[in-house]
Amino acid sequence: MTRQVAREPASQVAAEPLLQLTDVVKHFPLRSSGLLAGKREYLRAVDGVSLEVRRGETLGLVGETGCGKSTLARCITRLYELTSGTVSFGNADISRLSARRLRPYRRKLQMVFQDPYGSLNPRRRVGSIIADPFAANGLAKGAERKRKVQELMELVGLNPEHYNRFPAEFSGGQRQRIGLARALALRPEVVVCDEPVSALDVSIQAQIINLLAELQHKLGLTYIFIAHDLSVVRHASDRIAVMYLGRIVEIADTEDLFIRPRHPYTKALLSAAPTPDPDLVNDAERIVLTGEVPSPVRPPSGCRFHPRCPRAQSRCQVEDPVLDSKNIDESDRAVACHFPLADGESMLPELKEPS
Amino acid sequence: MSLLEVEDLQVSFSTPDGILRAVRGMSFSVEQGETLGIVGESGSGKSVSTQTIVGLTEGARVSGQARFEGRDLLTMGDRDLRRIRGAEIGMIFQDPLSSLHPHYRVGWQIVEMIRAHEAVSKKQASLRAIELLGLVGIPAPESRVHDYPHQFSGGMRQRAMIAMALALNPKLLIADEPTTALDVTVQAQIITLIKRLQQEFGTAVIMITHDLGVIADIADRVVVMYAGKPMEYADKRTLYHQPHHPYTEGLIGSLPQTGGRGRPLKSIPGLPPSMVQVPRGCAFHPRCGYVMDRCLDAEPPIRGVNGGIDHRSACWLPPEAVGRRTDDSALAEQSARRHGGDAVIEPASAAQESTSA
Repeated sequence: MTRQVAREPASQVAAEPLLQLTDVVKHFPLRSSGLLAGKREYLRAVDGVSLEVRRGETLGLVGETGCGKSTLARCITRLYELTSGTVSFGNADISRLSARRLRPYRRKLQMVFQDPYGSLNPRRRVGSIIADPFAANGLAKGAERKRKVQELMELVGLNPEHYNRFPAEFSGGQRQRIGLARALALRPEVVVCDEPVSALDVSIQAQIINLLAELQHKLGLTYIFIAHDLSVVRHASDRIAVMYLGRIVEIADTEDLFIRPRHPYTKALLSAAPTPDPDLVNDAERIVLTGEVPSPVRPPSGCRFHPRCPRAQSRCQVEDPVLDSKNIDESDRAVACHFPLADGESMLPELKEPS
Repeated sequence: MSLLEVEDLQVSFSTPDGILRAVRGMSFSVEQGETLGIVGESGSGKSVSTQTIVGLTEGARVSGQARFEGRDLLTMGDRDLRRIRGAEIGMIFQDPLSSLHPHYRVGWQIVEMIRAHEAVSKKQASLRAIELLGLVGIPAPESRVHDYPHQFSGGMRQRAMIAMALALNPKLLIADEPTTALDVTVQAQIITLIKRLQQEFGTAVIMITHDLGVIADIADRVVVMYAGKPMEYADKRTLYHQPHHPYTEGLIGSLPQTGGRGRPLKSIPGLPPSMVQVPRGCAFHPRCGYVMDRCLDAEPPIRGVNGGIDHRSACWLPPEAVGRRTDDSALAEQSARRHGGDAVIEPASAAQESTSA
């Protein structure tokens, strides 16, 4: 490997922010219906997210389908233009840079996608797919490029002799390795992994999770890790941000979040996660949320979770809670709730009382 | 007599690459009212097995027996099978859109389904459809019954499909990855629903899944499949705490465990085999950390092992070698072995280090 990054493992790194998101908003315009022409509606996929990502950490992003986590990932990597807000890399605001001026940052900020079948062109050889970033940036030509690609293949656990094969000759897990090799070609600092293992079988999933951890250690990478499987996110992340309807409702250290969730939505989400140990299955503690996630076109007033929250009070219907740590008096975590849960507090105290 | 008894089911397809042996001898039974879990990864043959039983694998070469209340489904005529399918065996699949016709209203589809099997009026059938949609937790069923499938969310479509599968009060429900495409919150709702309906109506369930979390929640007994064959049979607690087959152990080890953050997962090395060219001997041997000489050419038979009642496994390891070994020692041992170390395992050590349930 040409450039060894000498850095401490993730856990010992000082809390230096590498990425800073401030009030990021991404709205998608909806096709206006004929009758209501002139009054265009918007799908508020991401609706005011502020967040910092620290150097060397893995920040997990969880939430249900449609909560905006993938849209947020695409805003961070500038695959989408922001509607408003800023994304800063180091000290530079990259949210409004032109394509040309964005290029040096694109190199440092790469993305790995969920679908290892859809994200690789089936008609191109694997070696040339992995070499794309070199070609796009006019780097490492000819024999040197081939050598670098083969180094990358080895780095992600692929046989470098398979340089001339087509994607169809690889399994799902191997294709995910190809996607990773391509993302790592230009030695990025941040890799955004959008559901990197969701499409893979359990035994292969573990191989890729291990590989991601190994690469982080070796190359000093910072990850933003999106997955709907909570046990995978828990395993991989240092901190976790929970999203609901385009907002972050809670952010905390992984174990803090799992052991002492403060936001009622976090608690409900965690309680729904299945456990493989039959002795730990506990229906009584499972909080089954009623109803469905409301439409992000017209999100509820006040706290967006209030229509489904068993703790909601009248204040929650009118006042939008701010994501901060004041409510809970814990400096390194934040929650957007008027009535956060205390340690071990039950979500439904009224149900425990005899009626 | 068991409700369903499957014996030595073999299913193969001819493909341009040769004969694809999707199922290579699957046997299991389901009793009235119980839930049997079938676990396996893609291509293990778990879905093909059950689809063959209900006659949904066209063009396949099939042998073996599948007796439903004593009648063999595999040799039965189409008309008889159609009567059983739907009325006595209900089915739900991973993708509800593949079972709900997009052009017809949800209620109409349930009505048709009922009227295809029972002589009832349209009026009666549609009242029944509304009742069913309410039963599976769809709000305002009187109006939602007139909706088209695209007007339903993913979770609601899955509920509608469950309503349809249960419309005729079947004795057996085959659920093939019913929650795989859903969020955990919705998955919890659907599993709770299936459990509740099972208790109310005494329906037996075959739950096909790759997710051991779903198994832990809903199954009574479990079959683990690999490369078209059953590898291990056990009740779910024995399977989780005292697995015998190295593949089962590997599957469990591949899952992130609470408190294991930062530590590497015990993944299973390598890839599942091609079903056109299944490895000789034990099909799992190329990926197995405990591989011995005899595994390479002799296929292990299913035999009883010492984990729990009716605990059986297809592995040459001694019957007492049950239990998952602790992470670090097993990991070191496995990797040492993979890099050319001693290939024979000492059975006693495996038994001693087992986590007792």
